[in-house]
Amino acid sequence: MLHSATERKGEGVSLEAHTASVRQMMRACIQCGTCSASCPNAGAMDMTPRRIWRCVQMDSFEEIFTSQTFTLCSSCYYCSLRCPRGLQPADAMAALKCIAAARQMPQHRSSTLFYRYFLRSVRRNGRVHEMEVMTGYFAHMKNPLLPLRYASLGWKLTSKGKISLPRPARGKGKLDALFAKVAQVEEEN
Amino acid sequence: MADKIDRNLSHSTVHVTLSTAAKPMRYLYYPGCSLEGTAVEYDLATRALMQALDIDVIDVAGWTCCGATAASGVSRLLALSLAARNLALAEAMHSDCDLLVPCSACYLNLQRAAHAMREEPQTRAAVNRILADEHLSVTGTVRVRHILDVLARDVGADTIASHVRRPLNGQTIAPYYGCQCLRPYAVFDDPQAPASMSPLIRAVGAEVLPWTMGPRCCGGAHMTTHMHAGMDLTGAILAAAKDADAIATVCPMCQINLDGFQKKIARHRGAVLETTVVYLPQLLGLAMGLGPHAVGLQRNLSVTASFKNALRSLEASV
Ligand code: SF4
Ligand code: SF4
Repeated sequence: MLHSATERKGEGVSLEAHTASVRQMMRACIQCGTCSASCPNAGAMDMTPRRIWRCVQMDSFEEIFTSQTFTLCSSCYYCSLRCPRGLQPADAMAALKCIAAARQMPQHRSSTLFYRYFLRSVRRNGRVHEMEVMTGYFAHMKNPLLPLRYASLGWKLTSKGKISLPRPARGKGKLDALFAKVAQVEEEN
Repeated sequence: MADKIDRNLSHSTVHVTLSTAAKPMRYLYYPGCSLEGTAVEYDLATRALMQALDIDVIDVAGWTCCGATAASGVSRLLALSLAARNLALAEAMHSDCDLLVPCSACYLNLQRAAHAMREEPQTRAAVNRILADEHLSVTGTVRVRHILDVLARDVGADTIASHVRRPLNGQTIAPYYGCQCLRPYAVFDDPQAPASMSPLIRAVGAEVLPWTMGPRCCGGAHMTTHMHAGMDLTGAILAAAKDADAIATVCPMCQINLDGFQKKIARHRGAVLETTVVYLPQLLGLAMGLGPHAVGLQRNLSVTASFKNALRSLEASV
């Protein structure tokens, strides 16, 4: 149930096939570097956005997926707005995140796990239950110090009546049918 | 560049609503998950403000999560389906009302889904197959509107000004837009130099902080997955707002980054960064005479003593 709609897609699909759509999206990149210069996260990235598009064009999978660059994209859409070729690099970053999630790449565990727990909560309740996401995520990350980073915020939110303890999961999830159908349609295509 | 923005603007501006229309103003309303949880005051203030302006809001019955940032990082079809389910519910209400959305992340997801449904027949067919189990179908024709768009263009600064009971004279407000109400769909403002909040802030008697951080990124969900990168981005915004009495926001994610992590960021930077952070509808509502409780101010995580004092003395001077 934790596995979201498309995670099954990772099985049996080569990385090359998986990445082909991203290469197609970024085919016309002329390596001008406008995206890197516009990116608020470029300083924190181990590889600039421009360089990752080069790697995408060259099918340098190893470099793309050992890098944390695409997980550091915060979807601000500056690059998509400014790219002189009219490309959508922000969407390509999201597509790389999808591939890392679908293939459950261990090096991207921290971001993809967060997404999975988020979506599990959505699937179960229809609406996201913020506390449920965080408790699931922290438990799975098995890092005893991680929850402490958020402890004071958690306390503040609780005292303001903004978050409550999750209800225990029982029975069918509200959006089970939608998630299952998405997986089915994706498998057919 | 200017060319591209113009193109974006004219391409995405789907309609013009006249605020002088005789019909009462009415919107379908999609609150989104945050507005039931960490951003409950955004919901309270939006509803209270709309009521004070005589604008009806009708909740989309049975709405579910729009997919947030998580779904688009896992599967595009899942993200589009989650958002489109809500568009389908809105369409099934058979109204000609626009869909009002306060959360910028929800706004972007719903806007993206509406575009995809209109422009990609194959994707629309796939999504409709997915929704058919629930006897829903989607066309993407409902107009998705961000609350800032509605306040700036449908309501307008003049109407706001005419409702002001408690002008926020002497207060300097930093208008913070964030990313996703501006980009990638440049519907109502310049995506790199936005200004739509300024007339609204001036309409309530406050001054606008001159700054360039309005459209900059707060790091979004980084605070959970890449905390240091997130703290750098949000910290730069807080530092730039140090001469303002308050920051006005229009997004729950921006708000919690700016108020919920404010103390932690201040410690991390070794700086004093104490700033009031309020949602724009709270600010407008307060000036229009709504009480602090009516706009949920007691739920905010960062309201400084001096801001509270200023509100009290403005109240006394009325
Ligand atoms: S801005 Fe566009 S063309 Fe230039 S490097 Fe980035 S993706 Fe390539
Ligand atoms: S969308 Fe992502 S890659 Fe593009 S500029 Fe913003 S953070 Fe950088």
